[in-house]
Amino acid sequence: MAVGKEIRTKITSVKNTQKITSAMEMVAASKLRKTQDRMKAARPYADGIRRVIGHLSQASPDFHNPYLEEREVKRVGYLVVTSDRGLCGSLNVNVFRALLNDIKGWQDKGAEVDLCILGAKGVAFFRRLKTNIVSVATHLGDVPKMSDLIGAITVMTDAYKAEKIDRLFLAHNIFVNTMSQTPKIATLLPVEPVDSKELQQHWDYIYEPDAAELLTDVLERYVEAQIYRAVVENIACEMASKMVAMKSATDNAGKFIDQLQVAYNKARQAAITQEISEIVGGAAAV
Amino acid sequence: MTSIQVDIVSAEGEIFSGEAEMVFAPGQLGEIGIAPRHAPLLTKLKPGEVRVHPLDGEEQFFFVTGGILEVQPKQVTVLADSALRAEDLDEDSAFAARERAREVLEGSHAEIDIEQAQRDLVEAEARYRAAEKLKGRR
Repeated sequence: MAVGKEIRTKITSVKNTQKITSAMEMVAASKLRKTQDRMKAARPYADGIRRVIGHLSQASPDFHNPYLEEREVKRVGYLVVTSDRGLCGSLNVNVFRALLNDIKGWQDKGAEVDLCILGAKGVAFFRRLKTNIVSVATHLGDVPKMSDLIGAITVMTDAYKAEKIDRLFLAHNIFVNTMSQTPKIATLLPVEPVDSKELQQHWDYIYEPDAAELLTDVLERYVEAQIYRAVVENIACEMASKMVAMKSATDNAGKFIDQLQVAYNKARQAAITQEISEIVGGAAAV
Repeated sequence: MTSIQVDIVSAEGEIFSGEAEMVFAPGQLGEIGIAPRHAPLLTKLKPGEVRVHPLDGEEQFFFVTGGILEVQPKQVTVLADSALRAEDLDEDSAFAARERAREVLEGSHAEIDIEQAQRDLVEAEARYRAAEKLKGRR
């Protein structure tokens, strides 16, 4: 029967879409677990570095290090962590919105803005805005390597050391739980001093070779570790967000199929009724 | 027998954690052997081997490309670098990152096609839905 052929084709096509979205949901769910583990794995290093910094700054508080000193702000830098792929709900848009507000705040104060963007979605967004993009790293994959990030990061930290930028922010998503991720913009440089009350004992290290040089090294690693953590956390957010987005897409496809099915049934019934009445009409005429 | 807690961690994850009776690490000023109750020490590591003598079992080797070694009387933490941190390498990758940014700004990036295709796809879908609604009204 030729009736409702279009509707049937459409049902098939929506069903195919539904299969894809539900497959993507499952993939995201399984990746989410792994990325969460990776997020946890990055913690001991960051904690270790933070403890060392705490000890260092407590042992010798009179160090002057560009990473620790506040400067008058004429130019700010942002490290923006975004996802490489889309179909993950409003994850990236939330970061962009928070970031644009923040950028506007600085611009109103007369500061200029440099951006370092990690992730293809951020690149696509900020290219259209004609903002000053200084460095870029994309296609980091699900298991980001420090070596892939370090180039883009170094551009920013060098600019900070050379006093081209006076403040460095890190914009990324915080993983609250699977259902919710919130964008956050945190100050990366200058490094905020560790509260010395956290540390009970007081002692000084033996330094090899030199305390000031070591402090710079440790601070550099601290900044890198924080960025790495943010990238890993953002991937976990991406997966969680993708999972939720794909789940609702699958549900919507289901509803859509139901509606189409009803439409198809009605059309089919109408066609049958018409055929019968034609036959009956024809028979009456004879 | 006293022992010392050893943690070898990198930004990408924990590499080793356990009790040991002796640890050797490639310090910047030469190899250091750390026994329990060593004085607090902070040093940079050269690329090389970290050797751990656990309380039981075989000696273990770890390769680090550099990092920071923190020693406290009862604890040794090796903050290993996961990326090769040779200065020239950093410069190279910094250069590459800058190049990418410029390519993006000039708009000569291979990915644009994908982005464009995705936008086209969204547009096509919107058109499809609109057609859908019009049909329903008829």
